[in-house]
Amino acid sequence: MLPSTPLRSAGASDVGLDVNWALRWLTLSAEAMAEHREELIELDRPIGDSDHGENMDRGFKAVMVKIAEAPPETAGAALKLTAMTLMSKVGGAAGPLYGTAFLRAATALGEAADIDAATLASAFQAARDGIVARGKAESGDKTMVDAWTPAVDAAATAAGDSDVHKVLVAAAEAAEAGAVSTDPMLARKGRASYLGERSIGHRDPGAVSTALILRAAVGAAE
Amino acid sequence: MTVNLVVVSHSEKIADGAVELAAQMAPDVLILPAGGTDDGRIGTSLGRIMAALEQAGDANSDGIVVLTDLGSAVMTAESAVEFLADPSSVLLADAPLVEGLVAAAVAAQAGADPHGVKEAAEAVYRPPAAVQHAHAHRPPEATGDFELINLAGMHARPAAKIAGGLSGMDAEVTVNGADGASMTELMMLGAVKGTVLHVEASGPEATKAVDYLRGLITAGFGEP
Repeated sequence: MLPSTPLRSAGASDVGLDVNWALRWLTLSAEAMAEHREELIELDRPIGDSDHGENMDRGFKAVMVKIAEAPPETAGAALKLTAMTLMSKVGGAAGPLYGTAFLRAATALGEAADIDAATLASAFQAARDGIVARGKAESGDKTMVDAWTPAVDAAATAAGDSDVHKVLVAAAEAAEAGAVSTDPMLARKGRASYLGERSIGHRDPGAVSTALILRAAVGAAE
Repeated sequence: MTVNLVVVSHSEKIADGAVELAAQMAPDVLILPAGGTDDGRIGTSLGRIMAALEQAGDANSDGIVVLTDLGSAVMTAESAVEFLADPSSVLLADAPLVEGLVAAAVAAQAGADPHGVKEAAEAVYRPPAAVQHAHAHRPPEATGDFELINLAGMHARPAAKIAGGLSGMDAEVTVNGADGASMTELMMLGAVKGTVLHVEASGPEATKAVDYLRGLITAGFGEP
């Protein structure tokens, strides 16, 4: 369920994002993980251990429970709670990777009640940097970094217009293109790297879940 | 010196089993398993790892060395360390889980410091050829020749005792050309009862290292 508090109209250049956006983002992410659970499992089957969809669904369901127990008062607090929950409940590599991403993004947002375009772009960058630091993957390794890095770059460019909605859309679109770009890549990290050449032709599940989560961030602001 | 060990595995059974195996050779070392997810599935749990790290830290400890299995175990362990009050008290060893844990446990049992324990675990990883080459042109400061008298010769437990004890000493040691700090290399010597082991040591504790090996080998490692 989406929080009932209406958002101020996103899209105007002086309007930022608040805790309600963050809560809607997490709710829509949880819905996306549930809806795409089987798809993520199928993507993970040939090149991983076919648990990504199940793990992400379980992790975000646990996030929803935590939020209901003690609703966070800032966007930063909501993302930090998400980080801790994902690290504890996901189980696979996605746990520490997304956990670190949400934790670093939460730190970048701090106590801000009103997130502007530049802060949002820097939070995405902090998230990506956290994933790279934790997973040691580079662009082209066929991982979620291949969705995150184009998203971060597109968000930084879009932030020039001081419009948070444009930043969100730019990030989501770039992440979706980034996920598709992993198809021909040879996996160099994670379980898929054990497959070598056979990993070519499959889309990376982590890049797909990244695109879904960043798309949910757009939906939360509409 | 008391170093405690934490074993992080995707599988609760692997973590428990590895602890059981290592404890056989290091009865006085605190080794804690942190395997599987909170609900007992395959995976790693931040909560379980943090609980083990906190328990290991609470126990009388001069440091904690963590052994891990597949990639995400490393990432979850790193995340857990980041949340600790004193992250510097924990070292992550980049080593094969079972062999590394046994080598680490034996080193901890022998009184090695945290870096020595980590080093003992990681030494099982090194390709033998590279190590031998590195030792080739170093003149020995102490040497000795000792005959293997125990029935089983150079098997896992003697190799672990040698590697573990040497990891706590400031000396570079070879045994018939194998790296004395590497349990794997020692075992690969395939030395049977009656074999004479030629020990060469260099470094500040070279003499101590040769004396240590003399004690172990001539006593048959305490075995029949």
